[in-house]
Amino acid sequence: MLDNILSILVFFPAIAAIFGFAVAKDSIRAYGVAVAFIEFALSLLLWFSFDSSVSGMQFMEMVPLVPAFGINYILGVDGISLFIVILASFFTMIGIASLGETKNVKNMIISLLFLQMTMAGVFVALDAIVFYVFWELSLVPMLYIIGAWGGPLRIYASVKFFLYTFTGSLIMLVGMLFMAYFYYQATGTWSFAFLEWYRLILPETFQLWLFGAFFIGFAIKVPMFPFHTWLPYAHGQAPTIGSVILAAILLKMGTYAFIRLSLPMFPDASVFFMFPIAIIAIIMIIYTAMVAYAQEDIKQVVAYSSISHMGVIILGTFALNVEGITGSIFLMIAHGVVSGALFLLVGVIYDRRHTKMMAEFGGLASVMPRYATIFGIMLMASVGLPLTINFVGEFLSLLGFYQQSHILTLLAGIAIIVGAIYMLSAYKKMFFGEVTNEENRNLPDVNKRELVALVPLVLITVWLGVYPKPLLDPISNSVKSVVQLMHDKAISEEAKTRIPNLMDGVTRVKETN
Amino acid sequence: MLEPVNVSLESLNLMTLAPMLIPIIGALLILIIDIFKSDLDKTLYVMISIIFLLMDLGAIAQTAGIFNESGTIMGVFDVMLIDGLAILAQLIIVGASLLFIPLALTHSRFHEFSYSEFFALFLFMLGGFQFMVATDNLILIFVGLETSSLALYTLIAMHNRDKAFEAAVKYFTMGALAAGFFSFGAMVFYALTGSIEINQIATVLTENGFADMGFVLVGTTFLLGAIGFKLSLVPFHTWAPDVYEGSSAATAGFMSIVPKIALFVVAMRMFEFLIHSGVVWLEIILYIVVVVTMTAANIWALVQNDVKRMLAYSSISHAGFVMAAVLIGTTQSNSALFLYWILFSFTNLGAFSMLWISRQKHLPLHQSSDHSYNKFAGMVQTAPVAATIMGLFMLSLAGIPPFALFWGKLYMISSAVSGGYTVLALIMALNSAIAGYYYLKLIVFMFMRDPVINKDGHVFVSNATHPLRTIIGFAAVGTIFAFVAINPVLEFITALVFKSGY
Repeated sequence: MLDNILSILVFFPAIAAIFGFAVAKDSIRAYGVAVAFIEFALSLLLWFSFDSSVSGMQFMEMVPLVPAFGINYILGVDGISLFIVILASFFTMIGIASLGETKNVKNMIISLLFLQMTMAGVFVALDAIVFYVFWELSLVPMLYIIGAWGGPLRIYASVKFFLYTFTGSLIMLVGMLFMAYFYYQATGTWSFAFLEWYRLILPETFQLWLFGAFFIGFAIKVPMFPFHTWLPYAHGQAPTIGSVILAAILLKMGTYAFIRLSLPMFPDASVFFMFPIAIIAIIMIIYTAMVAYAQEDIKQVVAYSSISHMGVIILGTFALNVEGITGSIFLMIAHGVVSGALFLLVGVIYDRRHTKMMAEFGGLASVMPRYATIFGIMLMASVGLPLTINFVGEFLSLLGFYQQSHILTLLAGIAIIVGAIYMLSAYKKMFFGEVTNEENRNLPDVNKRELVALVPLVLITVWLGVYPKPLLDPISNSVKSVVQLMHDKAISEEAKTRIPNLMDGVTRVKETN
Repeated sequence: MLEPVNVSLESLNLMTLAPMLIPIIGALLILIIDIFKSDLDKTLYVMISIIFLLMDLGAIAQTAGIFNESGTIMGVFDVMLIDGLAILAQLIIVGASLLFIPLALTHSRFHEFSYSEFFALFLFMLGGFQFMVATDNLILIFVGLETSSLALYTLIAMHNRDKAFEAAVKYFTMGALAAGFFSFGAMVFYALTGSIEINQIATVLTENGFADMGFVLVGTTFLLGAIGFKLSLVPFHTWAPDVYEGSSAATAGFMSIVPKIALFVVAMRMFEFLIHSGVVWLEIILYIVVVVTMTAANIWALVQNDVKRMLAYSSISHAGFVMAAVLIGTTQSNSALFLYWILFSFTNLGAFSMLWISRQKHLPLHQSSDHSYNKFAGMVQTAPVAATIMGLFMLSLAGIPPFALFWGKLYMISSAVSGGYTVLALIMALNSAIAGYYYLKLIVFMFMRDPVINKDGHVFVSNATHPLRTIIGFAAVGTIFAFVAINPVLEFITALVFKSGY
């Protein structure tokens, strides 16, 4: 079973979803939870059988798909992708478990299970075409979730989401085909396998163009400034579950793809574009933080703060050293947990009041103390308070980038501190003061079903904030090999110096021996 | 006194005629049956057609076997030319027809299918198309083109609605003009080279080093015009949306596939040697035509209010996309053309069949056209399975992986990349994104809106019978599981195309 565990992880939810059509409407929720739980258990099994000391790919599977054109179904997992896969199955589980009253709940749960397949697929695919298949396929269930269960502007929001990402990924597809063609020219066979592509050293001009093509696809997905405009709409209109999955997992596809594809394949271009991208990332952090401050809708505040944090992830990624990239991967997990939790929390209050305007609330702390506590913890985590999960990631990301540029890191650091202002002020508006609105006076506190979803998230937030080592070790192991690969492949002098050579230390030790 | 010419029967190689003669014999048989007893049911004619199509398929398979052993086959005074392109195109023509002809078995009775002539004409038309692709003789191409076109005009008119007559007459007028263009272009090449066979023309032109460039360009222009009309390339496309709208959905689906593949093969035979021998002008013109066809048709499709018209424009856009293969002209791109068209025929015929089963015999008063977007609003609530299948075809047409057409697009764009047409590859990719919008529009109507007109789901499947459901199911399964078949199909196509020297 362990030989094929990745295929099982990918296709189990889809097959279960097809069987789900036969389940009666009033029992579908239990079915969904059961399937998602099995999927989560499988992903935990993957973690336990994962060998943390190995830096390369594990549990690899290969089936030829279109050998005439070099397309193979290749799966594999390493420290970089492992935890995102677990996170995805975890969020699908608690997402389905905490699903409130929904019309057509059957269609929703089946869509979520299909979405789970595509999410798992993207993160374990090691062939560009298979990766692309899952990457694009993930748009379809999300389109349906936003478009069918969203707010009043849902159709506009869902179509915008779809077309934006679709356009970007088609340009990425052209880049992939180019890459395969270069490989064909260099070796005489077609191949779309990532691991084969890693071995290819491209001339710098080609690297710049290809980096650009991939960048457009990934940047729209992240979304990076100035391609971010689809996200606030999507979040604003999406149902709670849609926002949670979108923020926690789908956005990570972009940042993950940077680390999986752009960095190891185009090391010189990555160095060349390091500062421009870092500047975009810092603009993203500061600008969206300011926009978040101006919002009156709590969900938009969370949405913009989520974009802001994605900026830190990008900054860490483009530090191009072990600390930065490890930090950014850890921050992906952290951001997933925290922003997912915040969207769930917004959903809790929206279910009760059917409004997300902060002006409608006030003094909720006295009415819903448990809710206020959980919200407070998650908010502190989002701000990056030490001993919470976000802090570890942010700190490492910034530490990594500090080695490349002091000033830019300082700017980003200040921006993160400023980020605390809008979050705290939002918290103040909602929870403190007198209860001014009569409708708020008798709101029920969080119920059991919501607690089932929220309490594990709180526990993870604190646990990984205090003791992040179980995650950091496997991640940094795999990151080291990526960084070393980049250093070895780099052509230009600047790239050789910017990307650290990790073998230096090892060889020196050997010489002294 | 003239010397008697002795021609041995073996040297004629009459075998090469077998695939074309089979449907023609079938057509004659149907006419004979009709003479003896006229009020027979359509099921009889459908089944006879299917039998002859299957025999035709067998004959093609046999020629494919011979081609595989001994290479290109010439026959009948070297007029017939059976190479890989001819075999592939005939397979697509007959295969798509096999999917099309059972669509006559609708639940409601439609005018055209009560005539045996419909089926006879249909088979004659197929014979014409098969002649067109299996020769490089310009006169035989012309004869095949006209046989099939005249039959097709009649098939459209037999739908017997006001718009059907309009469509048939419009198609006929435009087709006549295209025929004129074609014969004039062929005449110019004959005057230049003294031959009407494309490979002879190529040899003569290359030998004298394209001395009469001006005349070559005149001839090429006329041929491009003629082929452009039939392939509905912009700016020769104006007939297409009206004709599609006027004809029945099933015929429209058929028209978007079968006539075009025949013309693509002719375009490949004619234009690729011209481009390769350095007629730069043609390359530029073709480049512009391809880009404009893709882009403009996509933009027109965006603003349509009727699903059938949208699909008509989308078919034009797909034709432009595939025409890029002729422009690129490598073995990979020519293989991509066939791969794309096979996958496209599945998907597009499926989509048109979905329209066909929702066809109402009489339009209700509040409905201005047969297939307006509003008709499909909220379809998922009333007819979930039909909506899902229709959505599947739309996603496939948009090029969402892993559905059928994605693989065609992938291979086509890849052939543009490896052929050195980087900008074209980007334009193709971006056009797929534009196209995504109008396919999505139908999905939005079906899945995200509430029903406007039809509170009752029956209308979407009112025409459905078991044969039609089978056809659609077949198309849907083919669309979903295309990825399994891509490799063998691709290897088969590439081998045939490569062996024919394209």
